[in-house]
Amino acid sequence: MADISIKGLKKTYPGSTELATNNVSLDVAEGEFMVLLGPSGCGKTTLLRMVAGLDFPDEGSISIGGRDVTYLPPQDRNLSMVFQSYAVFPHRKVRTNIAFGLVMKKVPRDELEKKVAWAADLLQLTPYLDRYPAQLSGGQRQRVAVARAIVMDADVLLMDEPLSNLDALLRLDFRAELKKIVQQLGSTTLYVTHDQVEAMSLSDRVAVMKKGQIAQLGHPITVYEEPADRFVGGFIGSPPMNFLEGRVTQQGALEVAGQSTKAPEFLAHSAARSGGLPVMVGIRAENIYLEDRGTPGTLDATVEVVEPLGHATLLTVDLGGQTIKVQVASTVRVSPGEKVGLRFDQSAIRFFDTETQLGLTA
Amino acid sequence: MSHATTNKATAPAGRPEPEVDRRPLAKRRRNRILLQVGCILITLFMALPIYLIALSATSSRAALQEFPLSFIPNNFSLETMQTFLQSTGILGGLINSVQVGIFTLLLSLIIGVPAGYAVARFAFPGRDPYQLFLLFTRALPIVVLSVPLAQLFLQTGLYDSVLAVVLLHTALALPTTILITSSVFLGVPRDVEEAARIFGCSPVQAFLKVVMPMAIPGIAAASIFTFVMSWNEVLGASILTLNQRTLPAQVLSSLAESPLAYRFAGGFLLVIPALIFIFFMRRYLTNMWGSTIR
Repeated sequence: MADISIKGLKKTYPGSTELATNNVSLDVAEGEFMVLLGPSGCGKTTLLRMVAGLDFPDEGSISIGGRDVTYLPPQDRNLSMVFQSYAVFPHRKVRTNIAFGLVMKKVPRDELEKKVAWAADLLQLTPYLDRYPAQLSGGQRQRVAVARAIVMDADVLLMDEPLSNLDALLRLDFRAELKKIVQQLGSTTLYVTHDQVEAMSLSDRVAVMKKGQIAQLGHPITVYEEPADRFVGGFIGSPPMNFLEGRVTQQGALEVAGQSTKAPEFLAHSAARSGGLPVMVGIRAENIYLEDRGTPGTLDATVEVVEPLGHATLLTVDLGGQTIKVQVASTVRVSPGEKVGLRFDQSAIRFFDTETQLGLTA
Repeated sequence: MSHATTNKATAPAGRPEPEVDRRPLAKRRRNRILLQVGCILITLFMALPIYLIALSATSSRAALQEFPLSFIPNNFSLETMQTFLQSTGILGGLINSVQVGIFTLLLSLIIGVPAGYAVARFAFPGRDPYQLFLLFTRALPIVVLSVPLAQLFLQTGLYDSVLAVVLLHTALALPTTILITSSVFLGVPRDVEEAARIFGCSPVQAFLKVVMPMAIPGIAAASIFTFVMSWNEVLGASILTLNQRTLPAQVLSSLAESPLAYRFAGGFLLVIPALIFIFFMRRYLTNMWGSTIR
């Protein structure tokens, strides 16, 4: 086990002018589960591949456990990896697939067999040890790939979207299983995904990436509740955060959709100085409550679409010309066209700068 | 009357829905039968001459003169084959041919497989011209290649040796070997190779332990092409040798003035090794790990 320290990593792929990673620095503590989250093309996989040694950076450095590995080949880095496409060796049986890394490390035979048996047991592969990967289902193949990675006792465990090729139900099961296994191993893990639910559920910390840079780094709940900018708020959460155009007046009122409520202190101060401040108001669907039209402190709105989801009901609501999503309990009965009042949970409202899209805090 | 009642009673029970249209099934069956017939015809087309040669080669000399020829081997005799094998140069030619075939195969794989891998995996400068250039060597007629080669080999002392023919055949086989193997290497996923690297392989080890085994079918196909080509090639071998003839060259040189039995026996001996080779390589063509394609 070891920590990973990434400093100022820059990489441009040949034939491209855009930076795949632009000056990325990241520290992963020993034993930490770090998730790199972002939309496709944000540079998260590039970053992982550079840590793995499958790609080399143009600038910057990577060290694992205090050892500089920036330009070392993958086999000299003492890491293991789970690939998105499983990448199990089709010409080898499950047993030799799992043992592959150990054989390469020339681990003694009895220890090797013990480890293979342990990993196979952990991943429920024992009955399949003498089969070829072609005779397994996709989920089992991914288990083989995970077993192959965990027997290595490597310093660092890398995972590149390991669940994305599994079907939804299997993914849910395997996600919890993966979390349990990694917790047991306690290995330093760098995990790449574009699935925000995966990131939230697995990570100790999550690094949200955008256009080759880290947009926000932090505890998953912090990232969820206090997105650093509009991109993060819009990327994490299902449905994503609602954004409303608003304005803080000189008098300290927050105007949204032609209606006004009280603005928070720190915004009121700066608005009083500057004579009014345009802001982007962000609020999550579950932090908006439905009330009767006209209740004091609510905003007038009209329900447009009602989507029952089973555990909750998702409403698409028109608020003075802006469309937002509201999540209410599934017991609430509303119908399209109904005129309602919306109450925002004041503590859950986030404000963003209209120019820079960055979050505004006190 | 009773008949009508039964009809009425069974109609709703026996035929609750309209009859299923089975005509597409019949059409499917007919197409399948046609396909089988086609396969059998093509097989006969290929197999019948081989059978006739084998029949003639294993019949006695007298039986060959009979009319009409019998389709059933009723007078089996090794006499013909024996005479043929005892003729001058035949046994030597056979040994030469086997040697040339095996060495050509080895040499073309040793050079061709890495080249195919390079063409498939790496974007090196001049890759496209290189691939085009490969095809050009094949475009040159063997005669055009052989005469200057004979001149060169005479000067270097390689003329009339197994090695001379091996070099020519390797040159002829390489384009196909490279093209076939490169297309198979393209089918080997890059991340499997990367997984091998992560789990402790050097690039060469990753190639030998993971990529090569996955490319076995392509390598087998290339081997068949190479061996059969080398076994059958007669023109270049005739030009480049005098005493160290390969079997086809030897047979060709003496074919015109030899008896009928000799020709059949020669033909038989020329066909058989190539068939045996294909028979053994065939399983690598189709039999992959745990998923047999048949």
